[in-house]
Amino acid sequence: MLLALRLAVRNLIGAGLRTWLNALVLSFSFVVIIWLKGIMVGWDHQAKNDMTDYEIGGGQYWHHLYDPYDPLSLSDSHAPVPSHVKDEIQAGDMEPVLVVPGHIFPRGRMQSVVIKGINPAQTIWKLPTGELDADTDAIPAMIGAVMANGTRLGQGDRVMIRWRDTNGTFDAAQILITAVFSSNVPSAEAGQVYVPLERLRKMAVMHDQATILTFRDGRSQRPEIEGWILKTKAELTRQVDDMIKAKTVGQSIFYGVLLLLAMLAIFDTQVLSIFRRQKEIGTYIALGYTRKEVVGLFTVEGAMHAVLAAFVATLYGLPFLAWQAKAGWTIPMEASEFGMAMAQTLYPVYTVGLVVSTALLVTLATAVVSYVPSRRIARMNPTDALRGKLQ
Amino acid sequence: MNGTSEIIQIQGLVKRFPMGKGEFTALRGITLTFGKGEFAGLVGPSGSGKTTLLNIIGSLDVPTEGWVNVLGNSIGTLSAKEAAQLRKESIGFIFQSYNLLQVHTVYENVEFPLLLLKHNGSQRRRMVMDALEWVGLVDKEKSKPPQLSGGECQRVAIARAMVKRPPLVLADEPTANLDAANSHHILKTMETLNRELHTTLLFATHDDKVIGYLRRMIYLLDGRVDRDETVRKD
Repeated sequence: MLLALRLAVRNLIGAGLRTWLNALVLSFSFVVIIWLKGIMVGWDHQAKNDMTDYEIGGGQYWHHLYDPYDPLSLSDSHAPVPSHVKDEIQAGDMEPVLVVPGHIFPRGRMQSVVIKGINPAQTIWKLPTGELDADTDAIPAMIGAVMANGTRLGQGDRVMIRWRDTNGTFDAAQILITAVFSSNVPSAEAGQVYVPLERLRKMAVMHDQATILTFRDGRSQRPEIEGWILKTKAELTRQVDDMIKAKTVGQSIFYGVLLLLAMLAIFDTQVLSIFRRQKEIGTYIALGYTRKEVVGLFTVEGAMHAVLAAFVATLYGLPFLAWQAKAGWTIPMEASEFGMAMAQTLYPVYTVGLVVSTALLVTLATAVVSYVPSRRIARMNPTDALRGKLQ
Repeated sequence: MNGTSEIIQIQGLVKRFPMGKGEFTALRGITLTFGKGEFAGLVGPSGSGKTTLLNIIGSLDVPTEGWVNVLGNSIGTLSAKEAAQLRKESIGFIFQSYNLLQVHTVYENVEFPLLLLKHNGSQRRRMVMDALEWVGLVDKEKSKPPQLSGGECQRVAIARAMVKRPPLVLADEPTANLDAANSHHILKTMETLNRELHTTLLFATHDDKVIGYLRRMIYLLDGRVDRDETVRKD
């Protein structure tokens, strides 16, 4: 094996430009795969961090009737805050959120919204809830950038809001937009109006009630609470995982095409090599190699392209990947339009596992592609090969 | 035969090759023996079966019928691995078109058989330099075959064949691509090595220059031994 490696290096270096062109094409696959996978890992990290910071905290308890995808469930999905979590709420480590369906009327149009009552003094989320603590004759409210774009509302604008209280009575009042925030989490922004929790409780006549209880610490084991369903951070971010998985499958096709192009070059080189180097193959056999060993030598030689490609990829890929990790990749269209938690600029994250698995994938693929044409050697007649007779 | 101990015994050797729907018989019942230290040649026109016989002796091919024993190995019954082992340890080859590894230096070409035999670095260095000295190419050790003349290439091939000091060297038309001066130089080198190392050298040739050096000539005609003559004795 060592001899095969030694010979392979000599032969590859001796082949000159052809070797380096193949290595360059293959190195491109290395860099692009690592970069794209890095983007995926980075997106996953960023999306989960943003969801933690703007929506789910360390995890949540949901009222057992609450279903965010069923607006009809919202009227009934509220209950008094359980007494045994009040100390945690007092300490600021848990925040109750009351969810009430409603409508707003921007520029005379009617739009369904979810009104969320939230503690202006909370510190679990990065939401600028301090802005809700405003001295105004209207109800202070906060909306996300997605909502602001959709309704063309901005900070300082007033708009009519209508809701139903717990008795089923409609009521309406004016809200004043005191803050517009941007979170990269569309589900925290689209169709959501944030108002002070106590104000909403009064409006809906739901004293001390909540729909969601968000806690800060997602690491410790949380107890079950009767009438409430525990949603861990992992469950709440599963959607991101599923989406990343789906995207990864889609990307694999791209990697496949990319690898295929590189492999085609290696395959072509191997076929050409075996065709042109028949005398050399015969010589190896005459000098004491078995045909199987020559197959091994040519396979190692082909697979060594992957090693050279890794070297070439390091030369130009390392600075590029490092620069990308710092500068990030800005998506050329509005990220919020994707409807998923996604920052406008994604910062790739490269893990050791990612680099090693990519290197293994490319090397394995190269070895297989090198082996396939090399098998032909096993069927060669050494005496014909020695004379360079086409077989 | 020169009366020395036999290292090659051939009995009733027949070799047929498939050709179209039929067969072509290249060797028709060859019976020969060769002793240690012989300087012999298979002589005959093209298509007489010289190279085929050399290939079978070199375990690169197998007999269709008959029996060939080389250095105690029955060629027809060897596995691919055993045949490779025989070539690796005991047989050196010299080819008409040199068959040097083009991207390797002269030193690396000559070193190759020793790498296969897993000799250590210092041993390899000594043996390669000895072999290059035999053929007068010490100053070309770093050159690559494309930088050498035909004569120099063939001298590298001789060094490669002799470096492991095998008991048997097979040379297939070694002077066919060389001019007279280079041919004589090469043949003198081979003759000297034959004398000094007691290596059996077996040529396949129809070159008069080679024939002039041979001590034994086996004339092949249409796959048969036509004459077997000892033409010169030391």
